[in-house]
Amino acid sequence: MSTPTAAVPSVDATARARDLLGVSRLSNAALTSWLHALPGVDQVGCEARAAGLGTRSIKTTAKAWGIDLAISMIDLTTLEGADTAGKVRGLCAKAIHPDPTLPDTPRPAAVCVYGDMVATAKDALGQSGVKVASVATAFPSGRALMPVKLADTRDAVSAGADEIDMVIDRGAFLSGDYLTVFREIAEVAEACVRKDGSRARLKVIMETGELVTYDNVRRAAWLSMLAGGDFIKTSTGKVSPAATLPVTLVMLEAVRDWRDLTGEMVGVKPAGGIRTSKDALKFLVTVSEIAGDDWLDPHWFRFGASSLLNDLILQRQRMAIGAYSGADYVTDDSPSLY
Amino acid sequence: MSPTAQSAGTGTRVDVRKTYKLYIGGKFPRSESGRSYEVVDGRGRFLANAAQGSRKDARDAVVAARGAFAGWAGATAYNRGQVLYRVAEVMEGRRSQFVDEVRASEGVAERRAETIVSQAIDRWVWYAGWTDKLAQILGGLNPVAGPYFDISAPEPTGVVAVLAPQRSSLLGLVSVLAPVICSGNTAVVLTSELRPLPAITLSEALATSDVPGGVINLITGRTAEVAPWLASHRDVNAIDLTGAADAEGLKWGDLELAAAENLKRVVRPAGEGADAVEPDWSRTPDLSRITPFLETKTVWHPKGR
Repeated sequence: MSTPTAAVPSVDATARARDLLGVSRLSNAALTSWLHALPGVDQVGCEARAAGLGTRSIKTTAKAWGIDLAISMIDLTTLEGADTAGKVRGLCAKAIHPDPTLPDTPRPAAVCVYGDMVATAKDALGQSGVKVASVATAFPSGRALMPVKLADTRDAVSAGADEIDMVIDRGAFLSGDYLTVFREIAEVAEACVRKDGSRARLKVIMETGELVTYDNVRRAAWLSMLAGGDFIKTSTGKVSPAATLPVTLVMLEAVRDWRDLTGEMVGVKPAGGIRTSKDALKFLVTVSEIAGDDWLDPHWFRFGASSLLNDLILQRQRMAIGAYSGADYVTDDSPSLY
Repeated sequence: MSPTAQSAGTGTRVDVRKTYKLYIGGKFPRSESGRSYEVVDGRGRFLANAAQGSRKDARDAVVAARGAFAGWAGATAYNRGQVLYRVAEVMEGRRSQFVDEVRASEGVAERRAETIVSQAIDRWVWYAGWTDKLAQILGGLNPVAGPYFDISAPEPTGVVAVLAPQRSSLLGLVSVLAPVICSGNTAVVLTSELRPLPAITLSEALATSDVPGGVINLITGRTAEVAPWLASHRDVNAIDLTGAADAEGLKWGDLELAAAENLKRVVRPAGEGADAVEPDWSRTPDLSRITPFLETKTVWHPKGR
């Protein structure tokens, strides 16, 4: 971990945006001309590059290292209407002991739940070091009035959430109302400040499945970073397509270029649809090649996933025992209605 | 296979040399390894290229078989019987192809090959008929010392790895495969290493019948290379080692040892150690190849007054 979670309150996002954009008043027109001046994404080139990075062969010790790293980057997620306190406690138990047969298995970075489950998760995780992330701001649609979104965020923060996953207003973004999106993110970022002055880290979900083009993904990424997001996250997991490799590649380019511009690092979290170890390793290759090895750290890169953990554990067991393992040897955390 | 055929009046025709693929999850993928090997007849003449499956193909096949298990085991026994009978119908339609391939693979005369194919189809029908009769024969109402109905019923054990016989490429294959799946298990079959063609044609018959994808998966290749991975696989519930007899470079005792790791049910080949032999497949079968792949579920139900 290169920086502590409890960072100082964010600098005034609007003032910094004015500086970066070189304007005296932050207007929608100023944001539009800045975001639309970003170079367009070559769709064919981007997808070919992602496909090329997906063909790397990762074997033996490198694979073992990658699997452990990927496990430590997981935000173990349950975001179902049918979630119960018992299910959340079960997930937390799994986060603390991911594979009881191999106690050296690393723990995932965080458990990600709805706001009303934060206290339960916090209590179950105790001093394990696993963080609690909470979705907020009328997740997953984001269709609520601002006071509701802010109250949602404050509730989660005061219940003890270490991280907040917010959704942007895609309707406003797609209709070109960038200033509204900017303000919402900045206000939610302020709502992440705790009473003692420390802050919960803010992940901004762009829901790339609804943004249609890679150009929009790039603009949404820059807008989120400009407004003070600590992480940019692809998807809620409720919309398909979710976290594809090309979309994540565009976002990794954005955080790399943002660091060149401002000197600040922003994290990236692909979420939804990443189910196999093979997929996870492809993402790690892409992180290393596009953003750089500084991002190969659970503090700066996360996987939003639930079933991925079991597949990584199966691969880990396969490497440890020298035989293929099976579903009977990992805990079953699939949603059960019984 | 026929030698270069003359097409009508226009000189020689170029041979269509076949390169077959695997049968996994209802699809025909190439081997993950990209390898294939030449299949020759008893005199060393080229017959076709077959995919040389790898341990990762076996792994994919187990995943497919596991995925298909719930649906196949959950189907009614009557429905399974109909589906399996349909396979026999499709095999009957491909009879001449089977006869050619059995002749070429096993080096037998045409009349003998005809007999073998007929027996193989009849064997399939025989096992298809057993699907909805197993429970009556193998289950029952147990007398117990208490006011309970105590009922035992056979249930499939899960994913079964099958090493198909090396010599009897069709009748032997049907005789080990059909008893495994008729009770609701799903199967991953390593076909005869040197005589895989009838098994490949069977996979084409399966793909055009009603058997759900993943219930039967056929992998061609080197038995000694792939079998140990199936024997040690923790998600395989049972293994039939019949085809380990006569398999090159393979000791079936080692496979049984690996299978013990997760308490797989093991069917040994006939005979002892290196002298293991294939059984005589032409003999009338019994239930002895069905019962090793069954679990018994027993239910206690209080009697009313």
